[in-house]
Amino acid sequence: MEMDTNGATTSSAAGGGSTSTSDSSSAAKKNSKKPKYSRFTQQELPACKPILTPGLVVEIVDRYDEGCVPSNYSNDKLAYIQSSRTNKSCTRTLSVPKLMKGPVFIYYQLDNFYQNHRRYVKSRSDKQLRSKAYESETKNCDPEGISPDGPIVPCGLIAWSLFNDTYGFSVKSKMLEVNKKNIAWDSDKENKFGSDVYPKNFQIGGLIGGATLNSSIPLSEQEDLIVWMRTAALPTFRKLYGRIEEDLQANEQITVVIQNNYNTYSFGGKKKLVLSTTSWIGGKNDFLGVAYITVGGLCLFLAVSFILLYVIKPRPLGDPSYLSWNRSPAGNPT
Amino acid sequence: MARVRKRSIHLSKLCSFACCRPTSTDEHAQIGQKGYSRVVYCNEPDSQEQVRLKYRGNYVSTTKYTAANFIPKSLFEQFRRVANIYFLVVACVSFSPLAPYSAPSILVPLIVVIGATMVKEGVEDWRRRLQDVQANNRKVEVYDESSRSFEETKWKNLRVGHLVKVCKDEYFPADLLLLSSYYDDGVCYVETMNLDGENNLKLKHALEVTSSLRDIQTLKEFRAVVKCEDPNEHLYSFIGTLHYCHRQYSLSPQQILLRGSKLKNTDYIYGVVIFTGHDTKIMQNATDPPSKRTKIERRMDKIIYVLFSTLILVSFIGSLFFGVETKKDISGGNYRRWYLRPDSTTVFYNPRSASVAAFLHFLTGLMLYGYLIPISLYVSIEIVKVLQSIFINQDQAMYDEETDRPAQARTSNLNEELGQVHTILSDKTGTLTCNSMEFVKCSIAGTAYGCGMTEVEIALAKKRGERLTEPMSTDTVDSGKSVDTVDSGKSVKGFNFRDERIMNGQWVNEPQSDVIQKFFRVLAICHTAVPEVTESGEIIYEAESADEAAFVIAAREIGFQFFVRNQTSIKLHELDPRSGQTVDRVYKLLHVLEFSSARKRMSVIVRNPENQILLLAKGADSVIFERLSEQGCVFEARTREHIERYTEAGLRTLAVAYREIGDDEYTTWEEEFMKAKTSVRADRDDLADELADKIERDLILLGATAVEDKLQKGVPRCIDKLARARIGIWVLTGDKKGTAINIGYACSLLRHGMKLIVITLESPEIKAQEKHGDKEAIAQASLKSVKGQIHEGKSQVASEHSTEFGLIIDGKSLTFALDKNLVNCFMDLATRCATVICCRSSPKQKAIVTRLVKSVTGKTTLAIGDGANDVGMLQEADIGVGISGVEGMQICYFFYKNITFGFTLFWFEANASFSGQPAYNDWYMSCYNVFFTSLPVITLGVFDQDVSARLCLKHPLLYQEGVQNILFSWIRILGWMFNGVLSSIIIFFLTTNLIIGQAFRKDGQVADYAVLGVTMYTCVVWTVNCQMALSINYFTWIQHLFIWGSIALWYIFLVVYGYIPPTLSTTAYKVFVEACAPSIVYWLTTLLVVIATLLPLFSYRAFQIRFRPMEHDKIQRQRSEGSEHDKIQGRRAEGSEHDKIQGRRSEGSEHDVTESTGTRNSTDLPSEIRIRIDNLKAGPRSKNS
Repeated sequence: MEMDTNGATTSSAAGGGSTSTSDSSSAAKKNSKKPKYSRFTQQELPACKPILTPGLVVEIVDRYDEGCVPSNYSNDKLAYIQSSRTNKSCTRTLSVPKLMKGPVFIYYQLDNFYQNHRRYVKSRSDKQLRSKAYESETKNCDPEGISPDGPIVPCGLIAWSLFNDTYGFSVKSKMLEVNKKNIAWDSDKENKFGSDVYPKNFQIGGLIGGATLNSSIPLSEQEDLIVWMRTAALPTFRKLYGRIEEDLQANEQITVVIQNNYNTYSFGGKKKLVLSTTSWIGGKNDFLGVAYITVGGLCLFLAVSFILLYVIKPRPLGDPSYLSWNRSPAGNPT
Repeated sequence: MARVRKRSIHLSKLCSFACCRPTSTDEHAQIGQKGYSRVVYCNEPDSQEQVRLKYRGNYVSTTKYTAANFIPKSLFEQFRRVANIYFLVVACVSFSPLAPYSAPSILVPLIVVIGATMVKEGVEDWRRRLQDVQANNRKVEVYDESSRSFEETKWKNLRVGHLVKVCKDEYFPADLLLLSSYYDDGVCYVETMNLDGENNLKLKHALEVTSSLRDIQTLKEFRAVVKCEDPNEHLYSFIGTLHYCHRQYSLSPQQILLRGSKLKNTDYIYGVVIFTGHDTKIMQNATDPPSKRTKIERRMDKIIYVLFSTLILVSFIGSLFFGVETKKDISGGNYRRWYLRPDSTTVFYNPRSASVAAFLHFLTGLMLYGYLIPISLYVSIEIVKVLQSIFINQDQAMYDEETDRPAQARTSNLNEELGQVHTILSDKTGTLTCNSMEFVKCSIAGTAYGCGMTEVEIALAKKRGERLTEPMSTDTVDSGKSVDTVDSGKSVKGFNFRDERIMNGQWVNEPQSDVIQKFFRVLAICHTAVPEVTESGEIIYEAESADEAAFVIAAREIGFQFFVRNQTSIKLHELDPRSGQTVDRVYKLLHVLEFSSARKRMSVIVRNPENQILLLAKGADSVIFERLSEQGCVFEARTREHIERYTEAGLRTLAVAYREIGDDEYTTWEEEFMKAKTSVRADRDDLADELADKIERDLILLGATAVEDKLQKGVPRCIDKLARARIGIWVLTGDKKGTAINIGYACSLLRHGMKLIVITLESPEIKAQEKHGDKEAIAQASLKSVKGQIHEGKSQVASEHSTEFGLIIDGKSLTFALDKNLVNCFMDLATRCATVICCRSSPKQKAIVTRLVKSVTGKTTLAIGDGANDVGMLQEADIGVGISGVEGMQICYFFYKNITFGFTLFWFEANASFSGQPAYNDWYMSCYNVFFTSLPVITLGVFDQDVSARLCLKHPLLYQEGVQNILFSWIRILGWMFNGVLSSIIIFFLTTNLIIGQAFRKDGQVADYAVLGVTMYTCVVWTVNCQMALSINYFTWIQHLFIWGSIALWYIFLVVYGYIPPTLSTTAYKVFVEACAPSIVYWLTTLLVVIATLLPLFSYRAFQIRFRPMEHDKIQRQRSEGSEHDKIQGRRAEGSEHDKIQGRRSEGSEHDVTESTGTRNSTDLPSEIRIRIDNLKAGPRSKNS
């Protein structure tokens, strides 16, 4: 269904075929029956030929939340994930079904995670994130507002529960570089997260939620955090993790080393790693096509059935005899 | 003060009216007791006693609010609406952490909405105030103790006891006791148009003892005390006594001049203020203006309740799930959704007390889903109504050229009801008729003169012309004759007589010229009118009734000009048929035997220049005919025939006769008569009547007159249409029964072939009982009689289904018919009759009847009236005049748009574990009702019309769509609600699936909460506005502007809001510019969702228009195909009997306007029937403004 209309090549015509002898006399010219040149008559009008390349969006989805738990913990995944001593790294292999032209976007997808819960959504301090001056503005952040050492920056449940799985990619034992720059919205980086705000007292309380932050990097450059803090709309969501700027060839095997740190086991949420390219309509979006075809089909069906109805049971329009008071002389209106 | 007496006529002697007779005095015994405690110290308003009584001042206020109480009271009015209370509570609670959104975002729309309504109320009240100020600041001359003269004072400063002087053509500033007038005998003429709608003059009498108080000297010394009844609303009664010079005089309504009436024909009067301001009878009659609620408004309230129930249900479901989810967060020491920190939480999310959290969440839910309740519903509808009334006022077709007045919608509350009128209650005088009599025909010596045609005749002729199959019982002597005379220039008011044979002096050539001469002499002499020469030398007549004026004018036009009247004689300019010269003739006036409703005749006895004594009489034909002498009834048969025909033509007829009296006979009779008149016996009036009866016999018939109480232009046609549209018509009139019936015929309220049921108490038995005077017995007998008549009528109606019935009931019977036990019975009968005429009814009765009609039928009633006497009636009715309307569509749409919006929130909740997080940014939501979706509804309300005015008139039955409320039926409402839920499902399902999950842009970002909010909201805005576009029948640039403008406004809002710093705009910051606009999926989603949501309604409408069209659809179609003309014509001709009438308008008020236009066009109601859409508060204003 994914048609791609990019790469419309233009095969414009070259100069033209009138390379006749330049020194022919005017008389000769007069007698010459050679047709006059025009691009039209010569059918050399500029043209473009759309080259339709089918379904270029390739998506690889790998669910790893179960596979990355060692078999001896498979009955008590929660204990595994909550223990600080267990080895969390896990290696997965993905195969590329088709050529994936760079950039290949890396997403993590969580399931059953209510980032849109009211308590969760409200648990942040926009002022604090934006400027150093409002550091102690942690009104909505409880219970992650203030640590014994002072206000937590960034405060609130959202930041506290920052996703902390990490992925490392390699193809044929050659590391694939993951570009984590520019994965957040520019407006967020520039206006919502201050460049003078540094993490402080973060993840030092009794309960460690998610990732820790490097306190020497200002929030505006902590793009993982920024992406995370753009709360998702629905309990199943993807978030951008990074980009692989190279092409991935078909049938290549990608080895992913996952640090499986994030606890989704307590609420039974799946974790998926997604590699996807995009096209003009974004990622792989089967539903868009299906929906358009369905609605279109419905319209067509209605159109046809109305036509049929009209053919089978025609009714002259605008005939006053159909007015109810003309139909029933007693005149009891309908 | 030098007084110039131009005339000193004892008018009271001249015309001793029946109404002047003293009333019985037993009521006066009650004075001083409860209800009769008022004491007025005449000419001593500042005396201690008077001041101590603390009667109200003459300041009149009819405003709803004052400057001080405007804010609290109007706020209170606002919050009487359930929905508004709800929003107020929500606004208060929104400051607590319970609120799902920020407090300002809920407060601002509420303030906008309440503010808009208050401004509207304020402006309307301000207008009322201006009128009050005008009335209060009118000037009147008041006797001032300090300066010992009359000085101008404002009305509002008038106090009880003040002595005032009111000059000709001025309104009385308060209820006054008449002391004296310009005339020696203390009479004055009063026009009570504002009180009872009748514009004839009423005569008022001062007491004899006070009638001499006519100069400042005597007035200065005047001291008296009036003890009288407390303020009450009875216009026609007054009980009081005057204590003056150590004597008591009883006072009757004859001495009372009521505020609201006007002094006429009398240069000035002196009076004492008795009732002031709100104590006056007219103000007492103005019942507090009820806040009229329209039927739609009432149903709207019901729907609001439905929505509230939905709201509660949805919130309950939400909190249930929320509670369950929250409870699960901690199970056996494990924290399920650890990222919510269930271990350290607030009471709102505490899993350990999930039920409390669930309950609190229920409250949150109530606020969140509050968007199901359309906050702007009321205010938008109010704005629509105001605009509608502006359009009504602007309607050219409602403009009356004669008086240069456009229609005036007094308040805008009830416009939509105009489309749902089921019963019309109308006043007669001045509403159906112009109340100007015109002399149109006469029958003299058995020859019919006058070839003008009355409207009724024209209608009959037309009917005959078209329907030849129907044999007409009357033959058509003059129906074919010169119809065009009707519109040949009408030069003289009150005279519309056209006949070559006797006009311009031609009568002398007629074979019976002597009879003609006598006939017109009678008309010129037998009356009580007073001639008045205007500056231009013209003679105008001031007559007690318009009929009389018409006769005198007719006589003048024919050549018998009455020009002087004094106490003893009447002078005429007459044409002498022999010499052909105009000569003056003096008739000595011997006696006037006045008109009374019992006698039904009037006669004068005069001595003519030839020294003959003549008795000239005119009266009801029945009375005159039985008094004819044997040789006097030569023309009787022919005259009878003519009279019959005139009556049929809706004319008021009188027979004219005379006799010569021998000197001897006269002297004996006069002696007796004078004796009877001056006797002190209680039955002296009966005696005088008897004697009058004695002389008024052996008359010689001259002929008959026919006077037309000119109907308002087009009234019969209008009534006919209304009747055929099955709108019931009630006429409530103060008229006499006979007149009422005549008019009924004239304006086709009563039609030929209609059976009349007359309920009256004028039967001999009752009368006999009345003579005996046992009140109890009379009441008993009357009740029984009325009951009998009602039952008889009912059985008659039940037995004959096919015939139409007209019910005529007089005021007295009505009193009994409205008795608790009988009223249901009576209404049952009345509602089955096509026409009901209540004659001789008082204003209060009018109001009661109106209320009854409303409550019994449960349908919309409409009252038309022109005078303050109708105020009560107008206030009781659902609407006070106007024509039609349905706001149903508009309201349906409101519910639709809010349900669509509200349910998207709910679906989102379902995906946010019902935590109460709204799907949209706070400010998107608060702007939804106010900015993005309300404007198109307003344009729909104001401008939409489904069928043009012309077609409306052509297919009057369309009106029934309004009456039956098809466009606002429960099915329709539920349909729209269902559509709303469906739309919300489609929107939510499609948007989430289309943009959530995968990247929604080429550069890999995914749609987050903010983007989903914007996308869904965009879809909602598009959807509801496009649905509106689908429902609009009538696209002008205004509709386009508002619909597409609203959508554009949303985008503009989004961009602007997005540029506000993120601390304010939060999730909306740059979301459109940065995230949505560059995303193709966003636009594709919008397109798909809009198509998908419109599909159900679109296919339903397509199906319905084509296969099960409503009436207006069909007509719309016709219009677009332009084929209507000939076909319709044909159909109508053949089935006109059953054709249903009357325009209607559908969903919107342009329609309203056109409709009224339509009706207006057909009737050309003149300005007397001012459109006064209710809330006509106080009487005087109704005329003055």
